[in-house]
Amino acid sequence: MIVADKKPIEEIIEELGTHEKILILGCNECVTVCEAGGKKEVGILASALRMYFLNQKRDVKIDEETLQRQCDHEYLEEIRDRVDRYDAIVSLACGVGVQFAAEKYFSTPVYPGVNTCFMGATEERGLWTERCQGCGQCILARTGGICPVSRCAKRVLNGPCGGSTDGKCEIDKELICAWQLIIERLKALDRLDDYEALSPLKDWSTDRAGGPRKVVREDVQP
Amino acid sequence: MKANTSSRLKKVLSAGHLAVTSECGPPRGSDPEVIVKKANLIKDHVDAVNITDNQTSVTRMCSLAACIRLKIMGLDPVLQMVTRDRNRIALQSDILGAASFDISNVLCLSGDHQSFGDCAQGQNVHDIDSMQLIQMVRHMRDDGKFLGGDDIKRPPQMFVGAAANPFADPFEIRVPRLAKKIKAGAEFIQTQCIYNLDKFEAWMKLARDRGLHEQVYILAGMTPMKSAGMAKYMKNRVPGMDVPDALVKRLSDTPKEKQAEEGIKICIEDIQRLKEVDGISGFHVMAIEWEEMVPEIVEKAGLYPRPEM
Repeated sequence: MIVADKKPIEEIIEELGTHEKILILGCNECVTVCEAGGKKEVGILASALRMYFLNQKRDVKIDEETLQRQCDHEYLEEIRDRVDRYDAIVSLACGVGVQFAAEKYFSTPVYPGVNTCFMGATEERGLWTERCQGCGQCILARTGGICPVSRCAKRVLNGPCGGSTDGKCEIDKELICAWQLIIERLKALDRLDDYEALSPLKDWSTDRAGGPRKVVREDVQP
Repeated sequence: MKANTSSRLKKVLSAGHLAVTSECGPPRGSDPEVIVKKANLIKDHVDAVNITDNQTSVTRMCSLAACIRLKIMGLDPVLQMVTRDRNRIALQSDILGAASFDISNVLCLSGDHQSFGDCAQGQNVHDIDSMQLIQMVRHMRDDGKFLGGDDIKRPPQMFVGAAANPFADPFEIRVPRLAKKIKAGAEFIQTQCIYNLDKFEAWMKLARDRGLHEQVYILAGMTPMKSAGMAKYMKNRVPGMDVPDALVKRLSDTPKEKQAEEGIKICIEDIQRLKEVDGISGFHVMAIEWEEMVPEIVEKAGLYPRPEM
C-alpha cells in the first residue's frame, strides 16, 4: 500500500490561511490502513481545527467526509453536488488523491493533509516500512524476493557495499542491510551461487528518470 | 593481464615488485598548492597516488582536477570515482576527460552515503553501482565503445581498480564478492584499512584457494593510527572497519605523547608481517591528513627505494 504520515497541524493551519468553509476529505484505502487519512483521522483533524479556530475567535466551518477512494473518478464524483459549499478542501489521501481531487474540482483549492511517504507494508501496528519504489522493471526474481532498489540506501544492484557492518546499513545501525537479507534468502533457497552473477546496468527509463509514466492496457479499455 | 596503459602502477606490478600507493584528499577550497604540497611529501616513496572523490560525502575540490595537477607534476594518479554523485553520462564523460590527460588508473567505488557529509539533504544518484562502473570502464577501454554503443575516438587506457573489504558482512560473500569484482573486470584491488591481520590472512587464504590472487593484484590497505582516540573512533564510528580490542589497548596503554609514534610502529610491523603473505602485491598506505609520515613508513617497512620504471 501507499504509506503516508500525518502533517503537523501548524503546517495545515498555515496552508488554510483565511479560508472559512473547509471540507476535510479522507480516503478509505491505504491511508486508512496506515492510520494517517481515514475516517478516524479526518475526525481528529476536524476537531483540532475547530478548537484552534474557536480559540482564535474565527468563525470557520469544518465538515468531514471520507470517500471509498480518491484516486477514482466515480468516488470523487460523490461530492460534486456539495463541493461549491466550501472554499477549500484538505485531502488526507495520498498525493495521488490530492491531485486527482484538485484536477476534478479545478476552482477549489485542495491542500494536502498528509505527507505521502512510500509503498510499503505494515510490520506491526504503528510501524510501516518501504518495500517498493515502482521502478517499472521488477528484478525481485534475481534478488531472492528482496528489493535492493527500495531497501538499499545506495540501490546497489551488486551489493553489499563496503559499509555493511554486522548485517546493518552504514546509514543506520538499526537498519538491516538489504544485501544481507538477499544473501540469507539466496542461502535459504539454496541459490547462493547466483550471487556471483553480475547484475547488468539497470534500464531506469521505466523509473522516475523516464518522466511521468503511464500504463496503457488496451485489453481492458472500454 | 593485458592492458595497453601508461600506468606506472601497472608496470611496477607486472614487473613483480611490491607496489606502494598512497592517497591525498583534495582540499575544501580551490588552492592548488594544497594538493601539490601533499604530493611532494610522498612522491618519491610511492608508485601512484590515489585522489579521493569527495570522501565521506564532504564537498571538496574534484578528484579529476587534483589528478590532473599530479599528472602535470609527473606523478601517476589514481582517479577515485564514486557512483554516488554522477550518472552514467557524467561518469563516461569524466573518464574521457581523465584520459585526455593520460590519467591511467581509476578506482571504482560506490562512495559513502551522503548522510555522512555536508549535504545530507542532497539526492544521491547511484545510476550504476561500483561493480558496473568497473564493467563500464573496461567496456570503454577494451571495446572502445560508449555504453550507448557508439565508437569512442581514442578510447581511454585505464588500469582498472576496485576496493575490497575483507571484513565486510556477511561472511559467506567476502571472497565471492572479490571474485565478482574480478569477473566485472577489476585488475587491481586496494583493500579497506587492515587492523585485524588474522582475519585478513584468513580472507587471503580463501582468495588463494580460489586462485583469485593470480587474477588480480591485491594491495593491502594500511592506515597508521595517530592516537588511541582515533583507534576508538575507527572501531566504533567508521562503517565496515574491524579494529581489534588489543590494538586499542596497546595504544591506550601508551602515554599520550608517544601514541602517534606507536601507531607508526604498529603500521610498519603490520606491513612487515603482510609482506610475507602469499598473494599480496603491494601496499596502499593511507595516512589520513598525515601524509608526511608516509616516507618513514615506506622506508622502515623496507619498501624504499621504489623501482625505476
